[in-house]
Amino acid sequence: MEALNAARELGYALDTFYFLISGAFVMWMAAGFAMLETGLVRSKNTVDILTKNIGLFGIACLMYMFVGYNIMYGDGLSSVVPGLGFFLGTEDNAVEAVTAGGEDAPYYSNLADFFFQVVFVATAMSIVSGAVAERMKLWAFFLFAMVMTSLIYPIQGFWSWGGGFLSELGYSDYAGSGIVHLAGATAALAGVLLLGPRKGKYGPNGQINPIPGANLPLATLGTFILWMGWFGFNGGSELKVSDVSSANNVALVFVNTNLAAAAGVVAAMIASRLRFGKSDLTMVLNGALAGLVAITADPLSPSPLLAAMIGGIGGVLVVFSIVFLDKLRIDDPVGAISVHGTVGIWGVLAVLLSNGEASLLAQVAGILIIFTWVFLASLLVWGIIRLMSGLRVSEEQEYSGLDLAECGLEAYPEFIAANAKK
Amino acid sequence: MKLVSAIIKPFKLDDVREALSEIGVQGITVTEVKGFGRQKGHTELYRGAEYVVDFLPKVKIDVAIDDHLTDQVIEAISRSAQTGKIGDGKIFVFNLEQAVRIRTGETGSDAL
Repeated sequence: MEALNAARELGYALDTFYFLISGAFVMWMAAGFAMLETGLVRSKNTVDILTKNIGLFGIACLMYMFVGYNIMYGDGLSSVVPGLGFFLGTEDNAVEAVTAGGEDAPYYSNLADFFFQVVFVATAMSIVSGAVAERMKLWAFFLFAMVMTSLIYPIQGFWSWGGGFLSELGYSDYAGSGIVHLAGATAALAGVLLLGPRKGKYGPNGQINPIPGANLPLATLGTFILWMGWFGFNGGSELKVSDVSSANNVALVFVNTNLAAAAGVVAAMIASRLRFGKSDLTMVLNGALAGLVAITADPLSPSPLLAAMIGGIGGVLVVFSIVFLDKLRIDDPVGAISVHGTVGIWGVLAVLLSNGEASLLAQVAGILIIFTWVFLASLLVWGIIRLMSGLRVSEEQEYSGLDLAECGLEAYPEFIAANAKK
Repeated sequence: MKLVSAIIKPFKLDDVREALSEIGVQGITVTEVKGFGRQKGHTELYRGAEYVVDFLPKVKIDVAIDDHLTDQVIEAISRSAQTGKIGDGKIFVFNLEQAVRIRTGETGSDAL
């Protein structure tokens, strides 16, 4: 009896530890996004994008603690209407509940669950910052972040991971190609449509002008950081590691996640070479991320070969999607809508290739419901902010750069007078 | 020959370049500079300490031209670089004593 209790306690400790470490890996993805986006914007907008990235992370954690988590995982009023609860308690599972064993015994700490989930919200929100870069007002962005992380994301999360009607329908999304990535991309799309493209991006005769990023080493570093963080994103979503079957699953998830990214890289390299004559590094970086997004809905049931194929298709899709969005004059400086939206949709559908329990109806319903809810809710919120204070900086500010205009700082200062004598 | 040096707002570079190529000016050298004229900078705070951002980013373009193009070039640059707002920049014209094309050794107007 003693030995059994000890084993159960140890299992609980291990699973809790695993959850926490995975959460820490996903938190590290915030650094990845920050570096990737910094690398792909112009230097005069560097401080602004960095402030948005770290600011949104802070806001997400606080708003999710305040109300978001309880909306998403609390008891709903029905399977469509979530409940409302505020703040986070400190009560956690008692030893007796764990050692009791059986199907319903908790196997990880409740607060570890919060920690793992809060970093997912932050990830969804950070998808938006890249798409609206270089022309959005700082505080307009933060206001939106507050609503996205407290209401918009948690409500659709309630419908799926929180046990609501999408999960009852059978919608299958292991780590969130739809729930996190498509949701983030949809909020970004709504924002970009109301914001408009950067000045000078599109010419009067259908010209598409490139606006090159200022620091490709940072963009590459960011991509590698995201890749590594994704092992926590997908790996942690198994939710357990302390028995043979779970441990094996986690190992397979790591392998498939890695292969999908690798295939995304190669596919984007080849697609970009065939289409443009050269392998564009920025496309290749997007390809790696596309591979990762594609496998995120189900990194467990495919074989490694199939996982690679799914990632590879994501890598090809993203190249074409980026070009296509530009043709529609939807200006997305980092390709976030393509990587997370277009490929997020592919990821949700790809589940059908290997998961016998998933149904086409449920997957399509999931995509439509998530997209419609997030798009309309985001459009409303962005629209209200636009009416209240405007979304976009002035033309003069856009030309001189958001760093000086909105942040009062230069990222790479030169010739600064030490004393302000006037 | 003349060397026309113009300091312009960075986002006007494409417009100026197009205007110059329309009148037949082939080559151009571009430098990123910082500066101010009568346009004042502004005061900012860095971690609580005040500092002045006096020097604003500008772009300097240099074109070497034949004498007869001088007025056209000045007009083209003025027209395309102007916004009407303070900080539009200035154009300076220097006498150019000699020019050489390195690849072929041509000199004078043949080098331009």
